[in-house]
Amino acid sequence: MPYSDKVLDHYNNPRNVGSFDKSDTTVGTGIVGAPECGDVMKLQLKINADGVIEDAKFKTFGCGSAIASSSLATELVKGKTLEEALQLQNTDIVEELALPPVKIHCSVLAEDAIKAAIADYRQKNGIAE
Amino acid sequence: MSVTLPIYLDNNATTRTDPRVVDAIIPYFSNAYGNAASKSHPFGWVAEEAVDKARAQVASLIGADPREIVFTSGATESNNLAIKGIAEMYAEKGDHIITVVTEHKAVLDTCKHLEASGKSVTYLEVDASGLIDLDALKAAITDKTILISVMAANNEIGVLQPIREIGAICKERGIIFHTDATQAVGKIPFNVEDLGVDLASFTAHKMYGPKGIGALYVRRRAPRVRLSAQIDGGGHERGFRSGTLNVTGIVGFGEAAALCEAEMAADAARLQALRDAMEARLLAEIPECQVNGNREHRLPGLLNISFGFVEGESLLMGLCDVALSSGSACTSASLEPSYVLKALGVGDELAHSSLRFGLGRFTLPEEVEWVTEKVISEVARLREMSPLWELHLEGVDLSTVQWQPH
Repeated sequence: MPYSDKVLDHYNNPRNVGSFDKSDTTVGTGIVGAPECGDVMKLQLKINADGVIEDAKFKTFGCGSAIASSSLATELVKGKTLEEALQLQNTDIVEELALPPVKIHCSVLAEDAIKAAIADYRQKNGIAE
Repeated sequence: MSVTLPIYLDNNATTRTDPRVVDAIIPYFSNAYGNAASKSHPFGWVAEEAVDKARAQVASLIGADPREIVFTSGATESNNLAIKGIAEMYAEKGDHIITVVTEHKAVLDTCKHLEASGKSVTYLEVDASGLIDLDALKAAITDKTILISVMAANNEIGVLQPIREIGAICKERGIIFHTDATQAVGKIPFNVEDLGVDLASFTAHKMYGPKGIGALYVRRRAPRVRLSAQIDGGGHERGFRSGTLNVTGIVGFGEAAALCEAEMAADAARLQALRDAMEARLLAEIPECQVNGNREHRLPGLLNISFGFVEGESLLMGLCDVALSSGSACTSASLEPSYVLKALGVGDELAHSSLRFGLGRFTLPEEVEWVTEKVISEVARLREMSPLWELHLEGVDLSTVQWQPH
């Protein structure tokens, strides 16, 4: 399967691989997908007192497009407020990475991971959505 | 270490045509291009002579009589001819066929086709190492059983079924025994008399010959096996398979067979040593990986191995300088895990992250070493990125995690 140059770049040089402490109240963690489906994404956001995403990290089990989608997602959310991050659409990722139709689900997973991480942060801090 | 990329390690999908085979074929394109069935002029006589020689070479490799070799377009056609041909010819005797769940699609789908037209088929299970249980085979036999078809060597995991023992059971019960020997012939000793095989399918391109030419061995005595032809026409190949003979392909097949007969023992010993060294190093340096298929009864140049906590497609992407597959080439376009590995009880996750390394006559030791290094570093890199590996290191049992499947 041919991959776009951008997918290859993120696959070969993934941005922001790693983990934050899950129990830190300034960290929101989203884990989506399932091993038997071949994709699991963990996305973590570090959020400052102003509600801005200061830093993001990911770990992904999945194909090259899944790795690239989550790597790109960490880049896209950095510096955004939670409200702005929630506006991100999977189609933004599809366009940027030129994902083929069979890989659209990777971008959906990345969008879901962002939402799950934000929900986790809000729940931890008792913030209503 | 200097190697030329990409490296070809997919010799169970197909092999490079040996340059000596190519040299043998060339004259039959431009000079001796006659139709082997033309009896009235020297062009035909020369072609026929070449076919006779090749038929003897192919027969010799498997210990058969040249008159027992039927040339076909390849092993898929041979499997179709054998199974459908027996089912039709012996329809009055019975309608039951026994085969195995890990067979190639050319056998399984042929059997499914026959089931749709009213035949009955038993698909034997295999154990965790990929071997069938001979007692289960015996128990599956009924008085309606006309054919048992069990592959000699599996294309994905290289497992060698107990062909001689199955041959003896078939002989005792008066049942015809077909084996898809595509992966075995030319790689390991395969003698139809010694093994008690009645029908055997194989093909040139898996043994350093050209694509598009294969053979079906059809036993002539004790018992004399009869078949209904599946392709009608001019009555070539003693009526078993009509169609103008593929003289260039046949000449190449013959030459490839002769080379295998002469060099098989040395090739097998060399490939087994390379494969064993690769396997030992991967197992020693990569935690949580497992070899698939019986390690004792296995083709010498094949290694199928699963790496836990990494995903197969991303691993193949990291190994883009290596031509290999995550199973059978015929199904590599699908994202479904291998049905062969599933039959062994390998879970979907591990089946997704399995690679088949197929070493061959032209594989160099430094290529195997380069690939081994690359696999070790890529698995480590992908695990560094894998949330499953992280959970595993934290001691979490992944089967207890509440996942959110899509």
